[in-house]
This record gives sequence, C-alpha cells and structure tokens, in this order.
Amino acid sequence: MATVKDDSPIITDKSQATRDADNGTGEQIKGETLIGRTVTINRPRAELYAYWRDFAQLPTFMDNVERVDVLSPTRSHWVVKGPAGTSVEWDADIIEEREGELIAWASAENADVPNSGRIAFRDAGDRGTIVTATIVYDPPAGLVGKLIAKMFQREPAIQARRDLRRFKQLMEAGEIATSSRTRKQLEEEKA
Amino acid sequence: MRALTWHGKHDVRVDTVDDPEILNPRDAIIKITATAICGSDLHLYDGYIPTMKAGDILGHEFMGEVVETGAQSTLAKGQRVVVPFTIACGSCYHCGKHQYSACDNGNPADNQDIGMELYGQPMSGLFGYSHLTGGYAGGQAEYVRVPFSDVGPIVIPDGLDDEEVLFLSDILPTGWQAAENADIEPGDTVAVWGCGPVGLFAVQSAFLMGAARVIAIDHFPHRLELAKRFGAETINFEETKTYEALVEMTGGIGPDAVIDAVGLEAHGFFVDNVVDQIKASLMLGTDRIHSIRQAIVACRKGGRVSMPAVYGGIVDKFPLGAFMEKGLTLKTGQTSVQHYMPALLNAIVEGKIDTTFLISHRMGLEDAPKGYKMFHDNQNEVTKVVLKPGFTDTAIAAE
Repeated sequence: MATVKDDSPIITDKSQATRDADNGTGEQIKGETLIGRTVTINRPRAELYAYWRDFAQLPTFMDNVERVDVLSPTRSHWVVKGPAGTSVEWDADIIEEREGELIAWASAENADVPNSGRIAFRDAGDRGTIVTATIVYDPPAGLVGKLIAKMFQREPAIQARRDLRRFKQLMEAGEIATSSRTRKQLEEEKA
Repeated sequence: MRALTWHGKHDVRVDTVDDPEILNPRDAIIKITATAICGSDLHLYDGYIPTMKAGDILGHEFMGEVVETGAQSTLAKGQRVVVPFTIACGSCYHCGKHQYSACDNGNPADNQDIGMELYGQPMSGLFGYSHLTGGYAGGQAEYVRVPFSDVGPIVIPDGLDDEEVLFLSDILPTGWQAAENADIEPGDTVAVWGCGPVGLFAVQSAFLMGAARVIAIDHFPHRLELAKRFGAETINFEETKTYEALVEMTGGIGPDAVIDAVGLEAHGFFVDNVVDQIKASLMLGTDRIHSIRQAIVACRKGGRVSMPAVYGGIVDKFPLGAFMEKGLTLKTGQTSVQHYMPALLNAIVEGKIDTTFLISHRMGLEDAPKGYKMFHDNQNEVTKVVLKPGFTDTAIAAE
C-alpha cells in the first residue's frame, strides 16, 4: 500500500522519483527540470490573467525574455537572452486555457530546448490572488545540449522566482522597483 | 552632485557622482536641505553590516524640496517634504494593513533572495542601508531619487523649520512605535535601555501615552541628563546595578514594560552564512544583546517587551525560559514610518513633542566624514549631527 502523502505541492517533494512521475499536471515527465513558484498578488484574478494572457507583455517583467511576438491567438514566437549577447528563439503554442484560471503553453516540436510552462490563478479572498507558475524544460544531451541549456535560462529557478516578484510589483505597485539612481545604471542592471 | 559615500570600515568620503534621475512613474527627485547621521549609520561606518558596496551613498534621515516628479507622483515642485526611511509601495497586502516596513514591493526583486535566505521572507527596501534592504542610494547627498513618492513623503507646512521636522523620517516614529509596542497602560512604569535618539523619543512618547514613571538607562551622563529633562528617572549602569536598582525602584515588582533601544552596536550583528569574515571577527558571546537580556529578566511577570533596537542575526544566551515562565509579550520590527508621520507632525505643530533638543552639531555635507568620526568617537556629547548641503559655517556649533 502506498504511504500517505501529505498535502504539500509536488515541487516541494524531496523525492526525485515522485517528481519524475508527476509534474502536478497529471502529465508524465522524466529527466526534466521542474521549477515551481507561488506568490500572492493583491489584485483581482481577472486582471492578472488578462495581463499575462497578452504574451507580448511578458518581457516587461521577465528579465531574460527579450521579446515575444504574438503570431496567432494561440501561437507565439519567443526570443530569450543568452550569454554574451546571444539569444535563442522558438515558437510556442497555448495548449490549455481556462479564462481567468489557467494558461499553459509548450514549445513547438522544432525547439532546441523543449519547454513548457503554466500559470494558474486562484482567488485568495481579501489577499487577492494566488499565482502559481510551473516551468518544465528538457535540456538535450551532450555538450552542445549543455551549452544550449545554459543559454536557455540563466539560473532558471532564481529567474522564475524573480520574474514572479516583478510581476507582483508591476500588478500591485504599477511599476517595477529599482534601486538604480540613473537611467544608465538601470540599463546596465537590465543587460 | 556631491554625496557621502561608503568605502569600507571607517572610510566615508564626499564624492562627486551622477545626479539621480526619474526612473519610474511614481518617483520624485528631492533636493536635500537637511539630513542626519543616525546611530545605525555607525554600524555601517564600523563595517558590521554585510552587503555594502564601495561607493554606496549613505543616509536614511533626510528632507528637502521637490525638484522633479514622475507622471504618477502626487507631489509638486517646490514642496518641502520629509521622506520616510522605509520604502513602501502603499498597495500590497502589508501596506494595506499599515505594516509599511513589511512592504512586499519596496525591495527590488533581485535583492529579495538574500532576505529570504536570512529571515525566511524578503525584507522591504530602506534608503542608504546596504543591499540587503535594496541598495538604494541614501540622502546624505545633494539630491535623492525617492520611489513611491505618492505614499511616502509628507508635505511640511510653512512656518516649520527643517530641524523641527527632520526626525519624522526615522527616529521620532521609531521612538513612538517603541512606546506603542510596549502597550502602556495609565500608571505604568516603563524602563528604557539606551538614551540615544530613539530611546529619548521613546521616553517622551511613553509619558504621552500615560506612563506614570519612565526609568532611563545609559552610561553617558549627558544623555541621561537629556532623559531627565523629559521627566525620566535615570540609572547609570556604570555606577549602579541595573537589575537591582529596577527591582528596588518598582517596589519589587519590576517595570510593567521594558524597551530595548540599544540593540546591535558593533559586535551584535550575527549574519552567519552571509559574510564569514564578519562572523570571524565576532565573539559569539554576544556582549551587546546584554540590554535585551537584562530587559527580559527585569520585566515584571506578564509584562511587555518592546524592541526597537536593530538586530540582524542569530543570538546566543537568549533568556527564553524567563520569557516563557513570566508570560511576557515581545513586539518589535522596523518602523512603519508612513503610518505615524501625520499624527506626529501634528504633535510637533502643537508643541507636544520636542525634537530640536537632540541636535548637538550642524555642519555642511562636505564635512560629513568629520561628522561620522565625531559621532563615533564621542557619543556622550554628540547626540545628533545634522548635515546641511551648502552650510558653510564649518565652526562646530555645540548646543
């Protein structure tokens, strides 16, 4: 008989086996990197959903995303920063969408680094909305694969955490906090 | 512009740096007219606060004139404002509860990781106080960029001098919050450890909140004199056994509330796992948590402990047993300055709170390094140094 599992989210499970078996979405994944993060944002669910749904706006708070071109209601083209001025690009499709609740997307079949993400919004009463981001990516094997993976996202777990914080700042405060003193410093910080 | 910059232990300089610019819609640029050196600036001066970088501009007590505003700022050019040292957005859950010093959004996203590592939750942003609290340039300069200028700065009515209102930025609300956190009941006896600016404002605040007696504890005679001026009884801990004196002075009961306004000085900041070098220079014996330890032991059963004092890390020999067995309550935290400013400004206008008594020295910004050294070397006589950019009379005007 299976041991009783607690109520904690799958991304906090200590056992890699469990994580490999289930990414929390019911899909089977294996050998992939799973990143999850939850934040509470003091704004209504519909507003947060609407902002995120327009993928062209994501670079406002996603530091390593240079540009997202919206090609169709479900397809988008992503340009992501790599080291030393390089970049990596791919197309992504929205694979699941529930108005005000959930957006899930996945890279198209020809992506160098297959990746997928989902963002879920839940009401949190007078505290606003609980936003949970899950990102899965699958670095290809070999040296080239490693290099691409490195380019794909610099410290992806840290990046995801900081991106979510920036999303929160933008939605709650209307701007993203910076301690820069001059425009020049701000640009250097973003580079 | 000219600005007081940190370069290392006991090394602060006035440098020429780029002027600040409006970067976000809610920003304002303030031309500084007065700024003070805080006791907590000495912790930076002594090199005990981690995550400082060479060239950081110090100063978190400042005021001035609005010279530039972002599109969403509610300030107008020419207004005189005092700026809270806590940087708060005004729109997150914590700000909604007036817990401004716990603001989720004042600290830039990239700077929040270290707070999570140290404290479990990220810290809010503060001016001029290391990169742990955001890395914001401070106000010991000619100009400063103030984020969220629509919720932070308070506009000062004409007829009030800078020196009367400058301390709304930090130490006055901090002393007030310290007394409020002591949940003072009419007739209470309150003991205050430390007669620095925060302790002295806590003394005044405690009386205003109905304390019958306030007992102030320090070892600098001049500072004890100042406490006496506000009606406090005093204990000089170099001459008197503090615990024994408190027991005798309260008929064996102990003070109803105790306030620790000393905190980390020099070697109290234990941030193990952040800066090993600092840890190595510290004695884990924690001499300087002496004040909070003594306060807990002296406090009456069922009493209240208020701790405005700044602590940074993990301490040893905390009297947890006394704390539990006596059923004490502890309240603490960085000050939610924005919450207290309007009422305290009124108290100043109405003459209920005296602020200018504290200022012992006034000098120009160019003399700031001298001000740091004086404050550091002579805490008995130097109770507060106010810097005024453009102040040319370098003669030191003691009160």
